[in-house]
Amino acid sequence: MTRLHLVWTILCLAILSSCAGHQQSAIDPAGPQSGKIAALWWGFFWLLAVIFAIVMAVMLITLMRRPPSAIENRPPEQAESGLKRTVTAATVITVLLLFVLLIVSVKTGKATADLGKQSSLLTIEVTGNQWWWQFRYMNSDASRILTTANEIHIPVGQPVLIQGRSNDVIHSFWVPNLQGKRDLIPSRVTTEYLQVDNPGVYRGQCSEFCGLQHAHMAFYVIAEPKDKFNAWMQAQLQPAPAPTDPVLEHGRRVFLNYQCIYCHQIRGTTAAGQNGPDLTHFASRRSLAAGVLPNTIGNLGGWIVNPQRIKPGTHMATIAVAPNDLQPLLQYLESLK
Amino acid sequence: MYSRCLKIAFLTTAGCLLLTSCQREQRNLQPAPTRLAIYGDAARQSTLRPGGPVGREVVVNNPYNATAYDISEGKRLFDWFNCSGCHADGGGGIGPPLIKDHWIYGGEPANLFDTIVKGRPNGMPSWGGRIPEYQVWQIVAYVRSMNGLQPTSATSARPDTLESNPHNLQNRTSGVTK
Repeated sequence: MTRLHLVWTILCLAILSSCAGHQQSAIDPAGPQSGKIAALWWGFFWLLAVIFAIVMAVMLITLMRRPPSAIENRPPEQAESGLKRTVTAATVITVLLLFVLLIVSVKTGKATADLGKQSSLLTIEVTGNQWWWQFRYMNSDASRILTTANEIHIPVGQPVLIQGRSNDVIHSFWVPNLQGKRDLIPSRVTTEYLQVDNPGVYRGQCSEFCGLQHAHMAFYVIAEPKDKFNAWMQAQLQPAPAPTDPVLEHGRRVFLNYQCIYCHQIRGTTAAGQNGPDLTHFASRRSLAAGVLPNTIGNLGGWIVNPQRIKPGTHMATIAVAPNDLQPLLQYLESLK
Repeated sequence: MYSRCLKIAFLTTAGCLLLTSCQREQRNLQPAPTRLAIYGDAARQSTLRPGGPVGREVVVNNPYNATAYDISEGKRLFDWFNCSGCHADGGGGIGPPLIKDHWIYGGEPANLFDTIVKGRPNGMPSWGGRIPEYQVWQIVAYVRSMNGLQPTSATSARPDTLESNPHNLQNRTSGVTK
């Protein structure tokens, strides 16, 4: 019996340990905020594990022990008085422990919500949409406000202010490796600070049920050194390059003449739609359709021809692209580095 | 006592069995991006009868007519394509109101489809070829719902439009905002 328990415990721990090092795990922290959350998690885990072990041990001892006949012969009041003391002590200890846990978790919540006094912060406005993310890098210089989608780059070792908004229903911004969840509420602005100390790629996910494709609403956070981040920012601020060869030129014409422009923007062209993701540097992103598929030319073709098959219910329109227009369109979009 | 319990159990079971025959509304997520090509020429430019004749006869049925999903999609697209820029949530402004039971170019689905696709003189742009056909039909369904021309079971009970239903207007107490 106990050997079986041991086997199970080791198995569970082995499974848990495989979570570590993953790009979407709250117990693999990459910054000070998530570090506090992970410490809280482990504190809860070990305290509750000890309590669980004690409760199980007491229960097993009680079950295995032969009841002493002396207790059975005693009058009920006497038998209960001994029990009363034990039950009272257990209740008091439980309440005290719950209070301790409450205080610790409130303290962690306060600590993660605050960065102290920071004069200038990189501010990113996150807007939740059914079912994708819009990111805007705010700047006092309007020409340096960058709009992108489904992928953010942030510099390492520098606090970032996330301002959350929503265009339709309540979403929740959550990058488990970096911070706790923050709801994005229509007609309200919610804020959260985060800081990343380890460079890497972290996956975020909507964590408030928001409709048909809630599960397919992901994004990536790419934390990189400051100079690399600045180079990325500078590249992203440029308008899309003009096509250099006739195929790409054909592709751009297709994009501008089809229905794409009513929802998508490509800076540097006349396409200025605001309902869907900005595609100015579409090919520089890792994924398409908000983290559903890797961004390859084949996947993009499947997505444009029949988005409802890949993401049923998506607001990406199903449009009839003529066969000889599709390849140039795909090549053009994949050239938008 | 026992027979009463039996009766309740029987009725509950019968009720549950009846419920299974209820049909859930099907969402059509796979629209056909084809063109029905019913819209022919552009709208007529004429002082006496701009836009062409108003036919009351239904030429083509709206394939996205009655479901709540399509009406709500139409509502989203009405917002996305900035119909409110002129029609102001159905109340009208630069363009005519849509909550009024008066249609200049006909209020049947085929008429509205024609109006959206061809555009009309004095400002209504032509959307033919610019938005997919199935989305035009969804917008048609939503525009008709503003006038109470769609089933109430499929229409939002608290719409974004200005109020057009006289029953709701009568019930509204003065000084109480909706």
